[in-house]
Amino acid sequence: MIDWLALTVALPLLGAVFAVVLPTRARGIGMAAALLTTAMALSVSVQVVQGITLRSDLGGWGAPLGIGLQADGLSAALLVMANLVALGISAYALDYFDAGSRRHFWPLWLLLWTALNGLFLAVDLFNIYVTLELLGISAAALGALTGRREAVAANLRYLLVGLLGSMTYLLGVALAYTGLGTLDLGLAAQALTPGPLAWTIFALMLGGLLLKTALFPLHFWLPPAHAQAPAPVSAALSALVVKAAFYLILRLWLDLFGPVAGPAAGTLLGMLGAGGVVWGSWRAFRAERLKLLAAYSTVAQVGYLFMFFPLMAAAAIPRRQELFGALVLLALTHGFAKAGLFLSAGLLQKTAGHDRIAELGPATQSLPAVAFAIGFAGVALIGLPPSGTFVAKWVLLSESFASGQWWWAPVVLAGTLLAAAYVFRLLANAFGPGLQPGAAGGGDQSQCLVPIGRAVQAPALLMTLIAVVLLGLGAEPLWTLLQEPPP
Amino acid sequence: MITQLVYGLAGIVLFLLGVWSFLVHDPLLRKLIALNIMGAGVFHILMAVAYRGLDAPPDPIPHALVLTGIVVAVSATALALTLGQRLERRDD
Amino acid sequence: MIPDNLLPAAIVLTSLVPGLLIFVLGERRHVLRTVLNMTGALAKLALVGLLIQGVYEGRDFESRLTLAPGLDLVLNADALSVLFVTLSTVLWLVTTVYAIGYLEHSPHRSRFFGFFSLCVSATVGLALAGNLLTFVIFYEALTLATYPLVAHRGTPDAAQGARVYLGYTLGGGVLLLTGAIWLQSLAGPVVFTQGGMLSALAGEYDTQLVLIFFLLIAGLGVKAALVPLHGWLPQAMVAPAPVSALLHAVAVVKAGAFGIVRVVYDVYGVVLAESLGLLAALAVLASITIVYGSVRALSQDGLKKRLAYSTVSQVSYIALGASIFGPVATIGGVVHLVHQGIMKITLFFCAGNYAETLGVHRVSEMDGVGRRMPWTTLALTVGTLGMIGVPPVAGFVSKWYLGLGAVEAGSDWVLLILVTSSLLNAAYFFPILFRAWFKEAPARWPKERIAAGRLETAAALLWPPVITALLALAAGLFAAAPASPLEWAELIAQREYGL
Repeated sequence: MIDWLALTVALPLLGAVFAVVLPTRARGIGMAAALLTTAMALSVSVQVVQGITLRSDLGGWGAPLGIGLQADGLSAALLVMANLVALGISAYALDYFDAGSRRHFWPLWLLLWTALNGLFLAVDLFNIYVTLELLGISAAALGALTGRREAVAANLRYLLVGLLGSMTYLLGVALAYTGLGTLDLGLAAQALTPGPLAWTIFALMLGGLLLKTALFPLHFWLPPAHAQAPAPVSAALSALVVKAAFYLILRLWLDLFGPVAGPAAGTLLGMLGAGGVVWGSWRAFRAERLKLLAAYSTVAQVGYLFMFFPLMAAAAIPRRQELFGALVLLALTHGFAKAGLFLSAGLLQKTAGHDRIAELGPATQSLPAVAFAIGFAGVALIGLPPSGTFVAKWVLLSESFASGQWWWAPVVLAGTLLAAAYVFRLLANAFGPGLQPGAAGGGDQSQCLVPIGRAVQAPALLMTLIAVVLLGLGAEPLWTLLQEPPP
Repeated sequence: MITQLVYGLAGIVLFLLGVWSFLVHDPLLRKLIALNIMGAGVFHILMAVAYRGLDAPPDPIPHALVLTGIVVAVSATALALTLGQRLERRDD
Repeated sequence: MIPDNLLPAAIVLTSLVPGLLIFVLGERRHVLRTVLNMTGALAKLALVGLLIQGVYEGRDFESRLTLAPGLDLVLNADALSVLFVTLSTVLWLVTTVYAIGYLEHSPHRSRFFGFFSLCVSATVGLALAGNLLTFVIFYEALTLATYPLVAHRGTPDAAQGARVYLGYTLGGGVLLLTGAIWLQSLAGPVVFTQGGMLSALAGEYDTQLVLIFFLLIAGLGVKAALVPLHGWLPQAMVAPAPVSALLHAVAVVKAGAFGIVRVVYDVYGVVLAESLGLLAALAVLASITIVYGSVRALSQDGLKKRLAYSTVSQVSYIALGASIFGPVATIGGVVHLVHQGIMKITLFFCAGNYAETLGVHRVSEMDGVGRRMPWTTLALTVGTLGMIGVPPVAGFVSKWYLGLGAVEAGSDWVLLILVTSSLLNAAYFFPILFRAWFKEAPARWPKERIAAGRLETAAALLWPPVITALLALAAGLFAAAPASPLEWAELIAQREYGL
């Protein structure tokens, strides 16, 4: 009997250990671990799709004493997205780092991956804390990898803010254990009754996690940290790390705090989300550097995710299932799209030597595959068809109208227009007076363009294609996967 | 019973003090100490919960949580200090 | 041969697949690219032929893809979609030939033809859309596919024009999306049904229905260049001539007009629209546009700009036809969809020929052009006569039916609009013809790129306008024939009014 769940978490961990022990082979070990882990994750998801319930109690210790891992529809969906994106980032990172950084990147990256997989499969409040901390620490360390002053400062702030968040969450866990006597999600949910204790735990846990998800106005740490990190790390931070914290909020909201989380809390989250959409989109529009634009865009997209909450809280069960599916679809699409955007940004930065949007014209024109990747990512970020975001936004808007809470609609539409503005500002760079047919980059006078191989352009293009085509047109099975109705 | 309450409340007070210090004070070292005090506060609460009276052995789970928490806090503090040191070096 | 439920999807794919392949091809593979283009175009023509036959026999074609619970992408074929699909397919074929000739020696041809094919796929997709959701999806896809074509030349002017274009079309897209989702939240999935599907909501939801109508019309009106949403059209003239031809005859502008027709007939239904006063409002908007466009065209010296304003004016005839109650006016509006397409594309082809061959961009430079390029100018003459409404070119037929329908419906003022507009058309088109035929040519042309050999210009540039001019003539002369656009329009009107 293969314990798929344990392997999904253990493989990257082992990889990390090996990468530390054999630093000269770090790259090879890293890629091998990446492939194996992705295979594990995919097989877990396939089993979930087939209806097999997967639960693993490590060491044979059952709840409430032991550490359990479990995969349901929601975890499977996010597991697939996270592992595929991480695989793409790994492929991209193979040639991105020089020999010196490489030995530091791979172990940290694999630890981050371990934390991610562990987090998606965790069913126990404290286990969540541990994976959350591992995630935060490895992410901050990776972000500061370049050693440049701004990068280190930004990621130190990220680390501190993250620790504040996790400490708050931990206090919530402690109080939960005090009041409920158990840490297992399932058992705790049964023991929870509405009252001051439940509200306190709710506020603490959610507060800590909101800080980590960068919901407006707790988002201030994100743009500098994501913009300063190396491109593959930025991709992981925006697409995966932030998503992991959001997943936890969703999981706790649905599975633990069902009786407590009512329309009032939902409306608060929705309003903050609306603020994030407007503020993030506006700042992205005003950004002069590409990675900063992408980072603010993440703030906006996180805002969209939270705008589902007031509608879900007020809706009847069947409608809530539709919204839930749309929300997960939005999260998945954004993961692929944002990762693709950051990887493309990294390539442009490598070619041109900088990432100032106004001057990226020649670089963009010399890399048509990258231009396409940015185009697809942009389509997914704006929410134009045929991306998954379009479907998700349609569901969001139609529920907004149908439930009478129409005020969310103008915010979503304003965000869409602003996103269009900043995406097309980027894409305008792809059209220039035209080099001679067939010439590669470097034909222009003032810019000295570093040539980029074709293989490294592939992950970005593939990921954005998934966001735009696969998730846009083929997402219907997702609703069936998520069928396990949250209580 | 009273002991538990005292420990628990002390834990909460420590936590709140830590939060205040984190938000108000600027230097890195103070923020780190504040975070550690927050952690200590949480551990206090956990230890209070573990107490099952003089006759029964204490609940082992909160102990495990505290130990893990300490390890995590130490690692995080170490990373923060390293990053801080890097910043200090560049200050000239 | 091809199962009924795959045919609509296949029609979309015949340009989508070559388009995607072209992107992957290297820039130098001219022959392969041409082969892909022409194969796709011919395959599409063949499939459309099958479609026409099937719809005439009353068969049901539907391709369906579920995107989410309650949200289905549906492609099906009714008489109106077949009309538009046929127009798009035939004109795409012709424009492809023209574009190959026009863009000889230009950079970035792969990119151009790739997006060109995507553009046609989007157009065909929205022609075949079976519900409002599908229509909106392809409508937005059209915006995305046409932006790179407008920005193609890469000059600062092109970038500016493209930016303006995007601003308008995405704004319009948001309005359309809002209206569509709002409507769907009231009425459930908005399937295009002959005679409309909202009668159940009448009475209780009147205010909302009216607001939604204006949102939808505003969103569609941007592409259809209804005043005051028409600003992008003259600016988009920076695009190469094949793009202007495509945008103005077939894709973007017609998509907007087609959408308006769909909303009035197959979503609201004429009866409901009439009772809510929506038809009257639309008629006013259309009339203002018709007159305004013609007036602005008078003062334009740039040939393409003049044609652009003429398009602003002419496309609103379609909206006008939709806004007058009665089958005759409907016939006029719907058939003008085809006629205006054929005539306008002819004019743009000719404009492109003058620019490419002689460097002539302005009307003031067109003296004596008829002697130098007789066939092109002949095609131009046929097209302009049709625009003015001179028999026997097709434009006369549409204007006749529109006028007749207006009188029957008691809206005599519309007749005044039509006459005024025709006079204005004459006012800005006749000077062009006069200059071209009866004035002396200058000693040397601004920039003679193609010397006069056996043919006055490259074959690929010459044949398309001649063919489309002949089509325009044929559509008018043989309007009573069984397979003509007019007959098809009559079929559509019959089915809509339940006659």
